[in-house]
Amino acid sequence: MKMELIQPFINAADAVLSQGLQCTTKVGNLTMEEDAYRRKGVAGMIALTGDIEGRIVLDMEPQTAVKVASHYAGAELPESDALIKETIFELANQVVGNAISALNDQGFHFRVHPPHLLTAEQGDKTSEDTEALMICFETSLGNVFMNVALRYNKRRMADHAAVGA
Amino acid sequence: MEQFAAVKRSKDGQPVRYLIVDDSVFARKNLARMIETFGGQVAAEAGDGLTAISEFDRTHPDIVLMDITMPQMEGIEAAERIVQQHPEARIVMVSSVGYQENIVAALQRGARHFVQKPVKPEVLYEVIKYVLGEDGAVTNAAGAGA
Repeated sequence: MKMELIQPFINAADAVLSQGLQCTTKVGNLTMEEDAYRRKGVAGMIALTGDIEGRIVLDMEPQTAVKVASHYAGAELPESDALIKETIFELANQVVGNAISALNDQGFHFRVHPPHLLTAEQGDKTSEDTEALMICFETSLGNVFMNVALRYNKRRMADHAAVGA
Repeated sequence: MEQFAAVKRSKDGQPVRYLIVDDSVFARKNLARMIETFGGQVAAEAGDGLTAISEFDRTHPDIVLMDITMPQMEGIEAAERIVQQHPEARIVMVSSVGYQENIVAALQRGARHFVQKPVKPEVLYEVIKYVLGEDGAVTNAAGAGA
């Protein structure tokens, strides 16, 4: 997976988290996930289709998710509160929205699908053309994990090239 | 949350009334909290474009804050339909998807402004004052978030 695809997502997550949580975030470990994705806790997944296809997962441990959602709500929320899931979804939306805005201005076109809760403990195993990169963002409220698995849609890219030729 | 000098309607000194349209409950709550700090009032909320149209007809808000990507009917189409029926409607698009094509499409179809998520309260505050123009007046009193 090319870094030019990943960087907008890292920049977007850094901006969204640091602004929303009003803290300095630190981009921690970047690891290539060769095995199937293992969920950390509360995870929202957004699928992308178009010139680039794949999915983004924003994931945090349950205690971190409660702290993050409580911060946004301005009040302490119980672990069962539906707003916790909504908060993760909206953060994932903001990260993906900001990242694809940057990529779209570079000529890539996408469709963003609505977020959904990842409930399985383990995701699909990555394949040769869809490697997954896990990025950890260290924040004052705990670690936020972003798992990015994207690949170029070669057919769409070829169509664009043919039209542009 | 930061406090702002309240923005009221010039014609009667009443709070500016807002319609918040977003499919995310989280986003609607977040915007509602900001509006309170501006001294405004939430007239209604909607979770999709179709409901936004009916809520606009019902409540006649001063400003609509409209998300773009929503189920049933997207925000740009809803904005266009509202403006066709109510040319005076002031609609501000609020979306995380802020690429040029989207912004231009929204403005061409009747939106007055565009604010990218995550929303900075100070940015939204300035946009609201700009969009209200002479119909809005900044008072000395702070909003409810003070």
